[in-house]
Amino acid sequence: MPRRDDISKILLIGSGPIVIGQAAEFDYSGVQACKVLIEEGYEVVLVNSNPATIMTDPEFAHATYVEPLLPGPLTRIIERERPDALLPTLGGQTALNLAKALHDDGTLERFGVELIGADYEAIHRAEDREAFRQTVEGAGLRVPWSLIVESVGEAERALSEGELKLPAIVRPAFTLGGRGGGVGRTATELAQVVSEGLAASPINQVLVEESVIGWGEFELEVMRDRNDNVVIVCSIENIDPMGVHTGDSVTVAPAQTLTDGLYQELRDQAIQIIRAVGVETGGSNVQFAVNPETGEIVVIEMNPRVSRSSALASKATGFPIAKIAAKLAVGYALEEIPNDITAATPASFEPTIDYIVTKIPRFAFEKFPGADGELTTHMKSVGEVMAIGRTFRESFAKAMRSRELDAEVSLPEATADLLGLLETPSCDRFDLILEAFRRGVRIEEVGERTSIDPWFLRELQTLALDGDGTEGMRRTYRAVDTCAAEFEARTPYFYSAHERPGPGDAGEVDRGDRPSVVILGSGPNRIGQGIEFDYCCVHAAMTVRESGRDAVMINCNPETVSTDYDTSDRLYFEPLTEEDVLAVVEVEQPEGVIVQFGGQTPLKLARALEEHGVRLLGTPVDAIDLAEDRGRFGALLRRLGIAHPPYGTALSAEEAAVIAEQVGFPLLVRPSYVLGGRAMEICYSADDLAAYLGAHVKADQEHPLLLDRFLENAIEVDVDALADGSDVHVAGIMQHVEEAGVHSGDSACVLPPMSLGEEMLEEIRQTTRRIALELGVIGLINIQYAVAGGRLHVIEANPRASRTVPFVSKAIGAPLAKIACRLMLGERLADIELPDPSPSHVSVKEAVLPFARFAGADTVLGPEMKSTGEVMGIATDFPTAFGKAQSAAGVSLPESGTVFITVTDTDKPAATQIAARFHDLGFKLLATGGTAQAISAMGVPVKAINKIGEGSPHVVDYIRDGEVDLVINTPTGSGARSDGYEIRTAAARHGVACVTTMTGASAASRAIVAQREAPADVRSLQELHGAKSRESVSG
Amino acid sequence: MSGNGPAERGGFVLLEDGSRFDGALVAGADSPIAGEVVFNTAMTGYQESVTDPSYAGQIIVFTYPLIGNYGVSAAAMESDSAHARGVIMRDAKNSEDAASAEGGWLDWLRDCGVAAISGVDTRSLVRHIRDKGAMRGGIFAAEMSAAEAHDRIVAEPSMEGADLASTVTPSEPIRFDGDGPHVVGIDTGIKLSIVRQLRQRDCRLTLLPCGSSAEQVLAEEPDLVFLANGPGDPAALDHVVETVRGVVGKKPVVGICLGHQLLCRAVGLETFKLPFGHRGANHPVKDLATGKIDITSQNHGFAVAGPNGEAKLETDEPIRWQTDFGEAELSHLNLYDRTVEGLILRDVPGATVQYHPEAGPGPHDARYLFDRFLTLAAEGSDA
Repeated sequence: MPRRDDISKILLIGSGPIVIGQAAEFDYSGVQACKVLIEEGYEVVLVNSNPATIMTDPEFAHATYVEPLLPGPLTRIIERERPDALLPTLGGQTALNLAKALHDDGTLERFGVELIGADYEAIHRAEDREAFRQTVEGAGLRVPWSLIVESVGEAERALSEGELKLPAIVRPAFTLGGRGGGVGRTATELAQVVSEGLAASPINQVLVEESVIGWGEFELEVMRDRNDNVVIVCSIENIDPMGVHTGDSVTVAPAQTLTDGLYQELRDQAIQIIRAVGVETGGSNVQFAVNPETGEIVVIEMNPRVSRSSALASKATGFPIAKIAAKLAVGYALEEIPNDITAATPASFEPTIDYIVTKIPRFAFEKFPGADGELTTHMKSVGEVMAIGRTFRESFAKAMRSRELDAEVSLPEATADLLGLLETPSCDRFDLILEAFRRGVRIEEVGERTSIDPWFLRELQTLALDGDGTEGMRRTYRAVDTCAAEFEARTPYFYSAHERPGPGDAGEVDRGDRPSVVILGSGPNRIGQGIEFDYCCVHAAMTVRESGRDAVMINCNPETVSTDYDTSDRLYFEPLTEEDVLAVVEVEQPEGVIVQFGGQTPLKLARALEEHGVRLLGTPVDAIDLAEDRGRFGALLRRLGIAHPPYGTALSAEEAAVIAEQVGFPLLVRPSYVLGGRAMEICYSADDLAAYLGAHVKADQEHPLLLDRFLENAIEVDVDALADGSDVHVAGIMQHVEEAGVHSGDSACVLPPMSLGEEMLEEIRQTTRRIALELGVIGLINIQYAVAGGRLHVIEANPRASRTVPFVSKAIGAPLAKIACRLMLGERLADIELPDPSPSHVSVKEAVLPFARFAGADTVLGPEMKSTGEVMGIATDFPTAFGKAQSAAGVSLPESGTVFITVTDTDKPAATQIAARFHDLGFKLLATGGTAQAISAMGVPVKAINKIGEGSPHVVDYIRDGEVDLVINTPTGSGARSDGYEIRTAAARHGVACVTTMTGASAASRAIVAQREAPADVRSLQELHGAKSRESVSG
Repeated sequence: MSGNGPAERGGFVLLEDGSRFDGALVAGADSPIAGEVVFNTAMTGYQESVTDPSYAGQIIVFTYPLIGNYGVSAAAMESDSAHARGVIMRDAKNSEDAASAEGGWLDWLRDCGVAAISGVDTRSLVRHIRDKGAMRGGIFAAEMSAAEAHDRIVAEPSMEGADLASTVTPSEPIRFDGDGPHVVGIDTGIKLSIVRQLRQRDCRLTLLPCGSSAEQVLAEEPDLVFLANGPGDPAALDHVVETVRGVVGKKPVVGICLGHQLLCRAVGLETFKLPFGHRGANHPVKDLATGKIDITSQNHGFAVAGPNGEAKLETDEPIRWQTDFGEAELSHLNLYDRTVEGLILRDVPGATVQYHPEAGPGPHDARYLFDRFLTLAAEGSDA
């Protein structure tokens, strides 16, 4: 009985927006699952609020709902679709939690929906701390001991009775971010830390836990089928020992430092745990800590679902865990599933590899001034890279160069300082270690400070002193084949390896005779360059394949769909550097290379590739240059008679002051040498500018400073258009909900625009056409406009795929990236069927921000992008769509309660209007001094409360005590310790919705009205766009 | 190279078909060595493999590139010495300072006189063997001419027809006390992990030289006769097969690996040489009685043929066929290449497996098999 015939319709839940800890890996796993279920003949219903995913492309499910991942919308979808089963294990913790909630509230039972792929009790046993402890101990294994203590005396007693051993970790109960915790190494220290912890805890309680900090950290990816057959797909070793979240750790696969005896012991334990927890079918991740001295093993945790680590393990071994998990969920056994890569063997085996995989996380601390850069058990990285090599050094060096850091790591001059930095895990740790070795520091000195296994330190030392070992070797391409060459590989998934010259020189790539096109991916996810670009690259690969050419993908991000071996005809898991890309081009001899879809990463290589005679498809390199060079682009606009804000470029601080006066305040200032809005700020005065120059940025010959006039109270507009060199199609016009000044990536936006007249829209279309034609765009172009005082200004133009391409594609029902790729391959717009660009529904995109992860960082939005992901809300009206987008982004707008308002003087007139509206809706109002006066002057009742400086109880006390349900605060300037900063930080900490612009506040009030009237309707993308095309046929 | 001892010398691997792979000698090869070149795909357990007597006369290519990461220790010995003649690695480590290490891997190889070469493009070498089949080869210093190296290789006897068990068997019986059943092993090169598994089950264990006669075996009054793993071609061990034939039907007989092949030959079945063998720790083997799949440790170059002499069995059923001692039933099947992995004799007490339930190195999935073997001992004594 392989495939289950008693179910026919399966509901799959995605993981929602990209957030820290839950990223593109769940698009990868979800896409695999969707493909498998459709191949198996099931009807698939998919729900995910994230439009930037491949899985939400309508072709990956029969019904695709871009709706908030909350019990309400899910219940309505279940009610409409009546699925037979729910598969909750492929959408991360979000999907698992949601499935639990739908079970707990009786929805699944009411509609007869069966949970497949994981059993409710098993989820509980894995996720509940206490249940997990009992399960693991019941299996005869060990978890770190822990006990709850309510007095110092109790701790001392437990210590003397041997119930508590040193060193121990003390965690106060109910404090956020681990405040008041610490490590007790001696009895005196323990008493001290416990006493501090008790004081910090509001309920006078601390958890005392066994310290495994410094132990080795290992993970095993396990799969089990209905016949109770279990395989270990991969072992992963964290080079950073226990204490750093595995998502923030540099890791390698397979484990390097375990003896066979110890590895087999971990393997046995992982198998015992998956059985004891009762995961009947599917994949799980089990984490262990191993005492390096004694070999003692403790079980840390288990995830009864696919995870970031399982995505890494799949890419590291070629064993597609999510795909297999989906097949297991519908009844297959491992032995009934063929291994794609060998085609000759079944999936009931354990991959064995003949290379080393290194994963290095990518951080974005520079985006969050004030945030603590120490790596802890709380994940902070925003992306990751993976590299494959035949030696550790080759693999590690590749991974390091795959990171594409924006700035060089700053290295202290004094070696003592360098060593001091090593004591705290940080995002630069391995750069510092390599530097320390270059300066002659000994392995033991680094070992003492980092607890990193000496094996890794020796390898790193050799890397630092002798290089990566590739010198004098020949670069060849090797296949990832799951079996260390025991069988022939059928799946062309390659990495470069440097070997001594010999019989292996020819490598393993058989590119055949068909023309190929190389697509350059977008590298690690980071803020400003996320999954949207991977989405575009995947579409490019699909299109190239459809055109009869071989699609060749180069990328180094293990989380993504683009690095699934199924996505392209040949996948090269390689860094996106000039040298690495040219080497692939040499082997592939492609018809052309596509650089337009992967964000800045491939664009940066465009010029160099062209200089090496590589043919780039689509928009010529010079057009990219033309759009990016302010002087040339300004001249182009002037030639076309198109307005743009005045600007200037300064090469010194003195010059900046002069130019500032010429351009006029307020000014948007930024250094020219950083991308993605880094260090961008708005200066309202000469003093602001001086402070900016003093604090962040130098201006000199090599680092010009860009100064743009900032248009206040402007409406910002984003346009995505397609062009073939002689014709232009404006595909989507989006209006930002926030005013200009908030980075477009962080601003909510609405399509179609809600407050632009047809005349302005036509001007936008015409202007877009003229710019696209003048630049010679072939493919996609994104133009940002500001409408100020009824006048259209061009802010910038990017002749490439933009972050909004997937959103627009889903809003209008046309795959823009695919169409762009067809244009780049030579088709004409006239020959392509294009959708009517005025959809009958309203789509809102909202950004999702990671402030909760960065205690201390200001939550105010500005010209520097800070969001990690996005969600989409679709409805027939703007307020409902906005409300959906807000709740999908995790900001639940209150339906009643109290609104706290504090705004700048310029915003006070608008704020009083909004206050009146909230009052009419029955909300109570709180405000500080000036704002309260303004509101009450309008005759609206408001309670005035203290600013922080005015003493307790002040605004932050109110937020902390749960007396505020919505904060409206427009910033008077960001920066540490201002009132606004404290208010926004408190709101973020306590999960209170916080709006920082007046238009956002207005939209929120309208959304509240809409959501109070009726629960929002749910519609699938297929219905929305199918209905529209039916209408256009009948009309 | 830090931690890897003396400076490396140039060296190369030559195969009998003339293929040459360059590297750096990291141990031994003061005198060149030759033997059958085989590859092992396990990612851990290098020391266990080199000390496994089944590798006697062979040169092991480790497909995992980093070998030596955790040094060596007494606990990882599978016999009292190294048996492989040479090891071929991509990136060898000494790692004498690893937490569990009692010595460095390369230091130990040197002390054991095992030739070792590192920096070799092992993947290309493995692909070559996979495509062309296992063949003889050798590890040589760079100074040696290819012609001379080739002469050395062809002077080495082929693995087919080689009796290597006699080179690793003990000269005198070895006895271990125990309160449980008396297991008498014919020691063709038994691994210590097997000894440990039997002793953990309280067996009294006697290991006899593989030249022992059936009478000598029976004289030990065994509850169970155990046929060990070991090196070489089972077809070259007719004297052992003869002994086994004299024991089958009289006492329960079980066997592992070479022991499996010997029992099968004793009951009249054929063995044949696999193209490049099974050596690794990830082969799926299905127990046809329970439907369960074990991930197994494997190390064999020969296999037992099916009922019609076929190498691969296109069945998932526990089919039976006639032997000289009644019916044999297919009990275990390799899901990689569908070769025979285990048999049960239905009319006389006997059961064998081709793979290594004792692990060392490799997964522990199949250790329960020792309990199954020992139930035969109990049944045998009942009869």
